[in-house]
Amino acid sequence: MTGQAKGGRRDRPWLMRTYSGHSSAKASNELYRKNLAKGQTGLSVAFDLPTQTGYDADHPLARGEVGRVGVPICSIADMETLFEGIPIAQMNTSMTINATAPWLLALYVAAAERQGATPAELHGTTQNDIIKEYLSRGTYIFPPRPSLRLTSDMIAYTVRRIPKWNPINVCSYHLQEAGATPVQELAYALSTAIAVLDAVRDAGEVDAAEIPAVVARISFFVNAGIRFVEECCKIRAFTEMWDALTAERYGVTDGKSRRFRYGVQVNSLGLTEQQPENNVQRIVLEMLAVVLSKSARARAVQLPAWNEALGLPRPWDQQWSLRIQQVMAFETDLLEYGDILDGSPVIAAKVDELIAGARAEMARIEELGGMVEAIESGYVKRQLVASHTARLRAIESGEQVIVGVNAFRESEVSPLTTGSASILKVDGAAEREQIERLRGFRGRRNPDEVELALCGLVEAAKNGANIMEPSIRCAHAGVTTGEWAEALRDVFGDYRPATGIDIGSHSLGDPARIDELRRRVRETSNAVGRHLRLLVAKPGLDGHSNGAEQIAVKARDAGFEVIYDGIRLTPAQIAVAAMEEGVHLLGLSVLSGSHLGLVESVLAELRERGLGALPIVLGGIIPDDDADELRARGVAAVYTPKDVDMNRMIGEMVDIIRETSGLAPFGRV
Amino acid sequence: MPANARPIGEWVSALLSGERRAVADALNVLDDRRPAAVAIAGKLLAALPTERIEHEGQIIGLTGPPGVGKSSLSAVLIAAWRTQGKRVGVLAVDPTSPLSGGALLGDRLRMAQGAPDPGVFIRSLAGRGEIGGLAALVLPMARVMATAFDVVLLETIGVGQSEVDVALHSDTTVLVVQPASGDTLQFLKAGVTEIPAVVAVNKADLGRPARKARDEMEAALRYAPMADWVVPVLLCSALYKSGVDDLVAALERHRLLLSQTGRLRQRRRDGVAAWGLRRLREEFGRHGVEILGGADSVLARFTEGDAPFYDVLEASRAELLQRFGSRTI
Repeated sequence: MTGQAKGGRRDRPWLMRTYSGHSSAKASNELYRKNLAKGQTGLSVAFDLPTQTGYDADHPLARGEVGRVGVPICSIADMETLFEGIPIAQMNTSMTINATAPWLLALYVAAAERQGATPAELHGTTQNDIIKEYLSRGTYIFPPRPSLRLTSDMIAYTVRRIPKWNPINVCSYHLQEAGATPVQELAYALSTAIAVLDAVRDAGEVDAAEIPAVVARISFFVNAGIRFVEECCKIRAFTEMWDALTAERYGVTDGKSRRFRYGVQVNSLGLTEQQPENNVQRIVLEMLAVVLSKSARARAVQLPAWNEALGLPRPWDQQWSLRIQQVMAFETDLLEYGDILDGSPVIAAKVDELIAGARAEMARIEELGGMVEAIESGYVKRQLVASHTARLRAIESGEQVIVGVNAFRESEVSPLTTGSASILKVDGAAEREQIERLRGFRGRRNPDEVELALCGLVEAAKNGANIMEPSIRCAHAGVTTGEWAEALRDVFGDYRPATGIDIGSHSLGDPARIDELRRRVRETSNAVGRHLRLLVAKPGLDGHSNGAEQIAVKARDAGFEVIYDGIRLTPAQIAVAAMEEGVHLLGLSVLSGSHLGLVESVLAELRERGLGALPIVLGGIIPDDDADELRARGVAAVYTPKDVDMNRMIGEMVDIIRETSGLAPFGRV
Repeated sequence: MPANARPIGEWVSALLSGERRAVADALNVLDDRRPAAVAIAGKLLAALPTERIEHEGQIIGLTGPPGVGKSSLSAVLIAAWRTQGKRVGVLAVDPTSPLSGGALLGDRLRMAQGAPDPGVFIRSLAGRGEIGGLAALVLPMARVMATAFDVVLLETIGVGQSEVDVALHSDTTVLVVQPASGDTLQFLKAGVTEIPAVVAVNKADLGRPARKARDEMEAALRYAPMADWVVPVLLCSALYKSGVDDLVAALERHRLLLSQTGRLRQRRRDGVAAWGLRRLREEFGRHGVEILGGADSVLARFTEGDAPFYDVLEASRAELLQRFGSRTI
């Protein structure tokens, strides 16, 4: 390579990946091969929501979600297709997978074995940080304790059988997206690592002597935001704190095993829809923060595409992000020097400040009984919500400048974002084709082998034996993703958080308007004879429940009786709840982009139960054309992220109920 | 006029055949405070077949402090009854009510996961932001559900609140407690007005603390013996679905005991009587009850004779309204 190394003093660059996968295993395989040919040095697999939450492509909940946000993997056949022509043994693969991580690792191992490789040869990472799923990402399946047990099983297995695997990537990434400050990121990520390591230690499968080896395999997945000096210091603080923590708490003596190993995806949430070309600068600066310090440099970096806020990036968009990494690694002189920040008093002071804050917060978590308890009690969520609210206020007030959003908004017409070809559209046939493939595959298996393998899995789940070996047997026998998860759901239960506990009373805003809303709700309740009842429901698999929760809480504060059962409901479950609960209005929230199909299904289920007249409102990321279409099909109101005045929305919902009952609307609050 | 009201006879037949929409409509009408709806609700309640609501089915009250896993335990109980082919109605009652009068209810899926089961019906109820509003509703709603389903499960928190008295509304009360939660004994000492028929120590997967809680509970119950029923204290785990069969069996034994000794009818009538007395007291005050001959006399109106309970209530109301003369109340 030109421009490289004078005298071999250059450091080896980090692993370069692109988070990708869509439509089908075959389409994703083609994409991976192209990316590798362009100089990408590792793979980062994005799975679709059904795969992440343990449903087969033909499950009712999967409708509209197959192949949408990642690749669908229903069985070993899909996994083999995904790596066709890619030698698994030579790959370093990162899989963003959590609740079903043991299963996807089992499929990966089985596919590797079929390519003639042994588990010991494999390199890679499973995200597998279930704790943060309860806080922000929402793709959990089982309750926290059995989930943690699966994590601990995977760690015990990989330490012995796939020693170069990173079985868990403790994620501070999603904490930042959920609103965490750098101090909170440090504290909660490290407390999560403690919870995991304590669970492994206490499970007893691993000897005390093996604990240092376990500690050495724990890696982290970190976010980098735009405040790049602070982010740089955050990474250095992580490195120092992890070194101390592993030495003190787990008695790791070898300095190399105490190294803070981490991968990075820079902050996708901070990318803007307005003037999206500016995201390129943001991405470069955010990456700089995590590669600048030699003593705390990221091991692997994946960059979002500049236009991710607009829709799915095209291959060319992803190539641009890869080229950013390559310019940084191969053109600049960054990798020719030692740590250029060592000895800077400004950096050292900032690092010390972050460490002191994080230690204090970790002590608080410890007092609450550890990270699992702190999450179950709602403490962590409350802290994150508070930080998030503060951040939003700063943006609203202009105190935090976002170029093109709350400052410098005037812009020439962009030649980059015109035309409908400027984002990738998922092939509408992908779901149908995946279901056909899955059904064909089911027909070709030996049902006795499947049954036997599933029995072994259930047995292990019940008696506490490690889940990995039986899962790999299931993979070879042709068990599907849905079957694997269903078997374990039967043993561990399907986790349903206590909705409402984590949701405090939000800031109510102008008290006069709230009083007015309450009066309207009361008066309308009296007029229709019953207390106004609202069902807030999230059909589909997306776990982004913030919008639904905010509406639920706001409506409650305005005096509604609100029925809210959290995420992942089928259209049939929603219609049944509407009938049994005798609600006056149904509010749906869909953020996965599947709103047209899901609303249609809900309407059909309602009609089937004689509830065709029940008014519906919908919230989500809904393009204008779709909103028109939905209103034409009978949706009373459509709300998007642009609708920020919740009092107005609640007022409109009251009026919708009034109009349905033949009462005159009140009008604007 | 409430929506979906239908001819009473037809409506009752639909309830008896377990038609879910008929149940939903009936619950809506019972909840409806407009005079026309109240009148229809009265007719519907009066038309519920006595045989069914005095002698058949089982109304089970599941109570315990917040956080002990009542919803999860309900889920495994419902699954067990469904395996036996029984149809289940659930009233999930949350009596807490903030100032706004609003409520956030979200227990449905913790009780019935998976594809909707036509043999399970769940209605969530919140405090109505007014004293007595909820208590007045629960009993008639449970009676309507008992007409339509084999088992009615009434789930509510039972500590530190008195608005919904589970014992009053159910044939069989299950107290759910969890290990190592100081309130185990506290509950027996202070919170409940009646000894439960069954005690379930949930989260038995915690091991020794669960067994300790069971032993304490058994010791405490020794001081309150009942003639022909030893209160079983059962270890169970909603999480691992263990101990559920024993719990279901104990509930069935209690049903048989009540039914064979004729106490089921007595118990249900007592519940209705206490409910009726309370409603009269709320509407007309202590003075009104005195006019009717005092509390015991009012109770007797409900427990004796063969008139449907709603007719008894209405007759008593009419009597008082007449006495109060022209004042419309």
